[in-house]
Amino acid sequence: MKSTAAEIEAVELQLLLTAIHEKSRYDFRDYSPASLKRRLLQAKDHFRCASLSELQHRVLHDPGLIPRLLPYLTVQVSELFRDPSYFLTLRRDVLPHLRTYPSLKVWVAGCSSGEELYSMAILFREEGLESRTIFYATDINTEALQKAEAGIYEIDRLALFSENYRRAGGKASLSDYYTAAYGRAKFDQTLKKQTVFSDHSLVSDSVFAEAHLVSCRNVLIYFNRSLQDRAVGLFKDSLVRRGFLGIGAKENLRFSGHADAFMEFNRLERIYQKL
Amino acid sequence: MKALPDAAVVIGASVGAIEALMILLPALPASYPLPVFVVVHIPPDKKSTLAELFAQRCSIAVKEAEDKESIRGGVVYFAPADYHLLVESDFTLSLSNEEPVLFSRPAIDVLFQSAADAYGNTLTGVVLTGGSTDGAAGLRSIIDAGGKGLVQSPDSAEGTTMPRAALAHCPEARPFPLQEIAALLKSLPATLSS
Repeated sequence: MKSTAAEIEAVELQLLLTAIHEKSRYDFRDYSPASLKRRLLQAKDHFRCASLSELQHRVLHDPGLIPRLLPYLTVQVSELFRDPSYFLTLRRDVLPHLRTYPSLKVWVAGCSSGEELYSMAILFREEGLESRTIFYATDINTEALQKAEAGIYEIDRLALFSENYRRAGGKASLSDYYTAAYGRAKFDQTLKKQTVFSDHSLVSDSVFAEAHLVSCRNVLIYFNRSLQDRAVGLFKDSLVRRGFLGIGAKENLRFSGHADAFMEFNRLERIYQKL
Repeated sequence: MKALPDAAVVIGASVGAIEALMILLPALPASYPLPVFVVVHIPPDKKSTLAELFAQRCSIAVKEAEDKESIRGGVVYFAPADYHLLVESDFTLSLSNEEPVLFSRPAIDVLFQSAADAYGNTLTGVVLTGGSTDGAAGLRSIIDAGGKGLVQSPDSAEGTTMPRAALAHCPEARPFPLQEIAALLKSLPATLSS
C-alpha cells in the first residue's frame, strides 16, 4: 500500500504540472511521473520551497519562474556521438540509402544543447552529404536551443567526445572541428550553416517538415505511453516512405500504436525504417 | 498466494555484487510471486550481460528492464548500464538518462525512492556489498514509507562502505549474512499474505 506522503506528493505533482500548463505553453502532464517528481523535488529545494504545493503556489503567482524550472523539467544530459555504434551504423548502413536522394532533410528532435546535431553535421560533412542536407534541430527549451546554436562545450567533456567520435568511425580528428579557448571548445560555426533551430514541442505541436531521417534519442523515455505514441506518430507522419527513425539505445516502439508502420532496420541500434 | 497485495523486492549492490547475487537470486523459486528489481553499479561503457548471466543460473525469470513495460511477479529486472531504473506508481517501469547519483548511473537510490513511492509498506529493500554510500538514502525512503530494510552484514561483505552507510542511515534495518537474506526473501510472500 502506498504511503500517505507518497499519495499526497502524487497529487501535489499533478497540481503543479497543471499550474505550469495553465500559466505557460508547456505541458508536462504526460511525462513519466517518477523521474519528473525526482527532478521537481530538486527544484523545490533549489527554490527553497517546503513542498511541491508551495512551488505550485509560486508558479501561479509568478509565472516568470517557469523558464527557470525548465532545466529541471527537461533532462539535458548528452554527449557528442553518444553510443558511437549508433553513429557508425548511420555512417555505414543508413547514409548509403540517403545518398540516393538529391536533397535531404534531417530532423533532430529534442536536440537539447546540440550535441547530437553537431555529431550529425560532422557525419554528413565527412560523408559528403552536408551541402544537400537541411537539418532541423528542435527542442522546447529555448535556452538549450541557444546553447545548441552557440556550439560551445566545456573542454573537460572533449576527451569523451573525441573517443566517441573515433569509435563512431570518424575520418579526421575531432579537434579539426573546434577551437579551444578559456576552458571551452567552440565548434566550427560552418557546421550549422545548414541547420534551422526551432522551438517545437512533441507534446503540442504538429509535424512541421518532411524528413528523410529523424533522430530522437533519449527523449521518449521521459514520456508516458500515450505521449510516446503521439511523438512516434509525428515522426511517422513527417518521414518520407522508406525514411529512417533512430531512437535511444534503450527505447522501443513496442508501446506505440504506430509500431506497424516501421520495420526494424537495425534492431540493436534501434534504427527503424518507415514502410 | 492469490490474495497477495502489490509487493516487491528491490536490491542494490556494487563491488562484489555478482558473488552476493549468486547466493540470493538462484535461491528464489520459479513460482516466486513478487517482482525483484536489481541495480548493480556497472561502468557505462560496458554492455551489461548481467541479465543473461543470471538467467542461466536462476529458476526465476531474469531480464533487463525495458522502458514502460508492465511489471510482472516472478521476474527479476536488472537496470541496464548507463540508465537509471524507476518504478512508476501504475506499476510500469521507466528508464532515465538524468545525471549520475553519487557517480553512479544506474543508482540504487533512484530505484529505491521511486519504488518506495509505488509500493509503500509492501516493499522490501536490500542493500548488499559495495564501496559507495548509494542505497542509504533510498533505504531510508523505503522505511519511511512503511517498507522493510535488509542489509548484508558488513563483515560478510566484500565492500563494507555501502552496508555500513545503510545501517548508519537506517537504524531500523538489520544486518544479516547472505544465506539468511535469501531465506527471508523466500519466506516473504507467505509473510505478506498472512
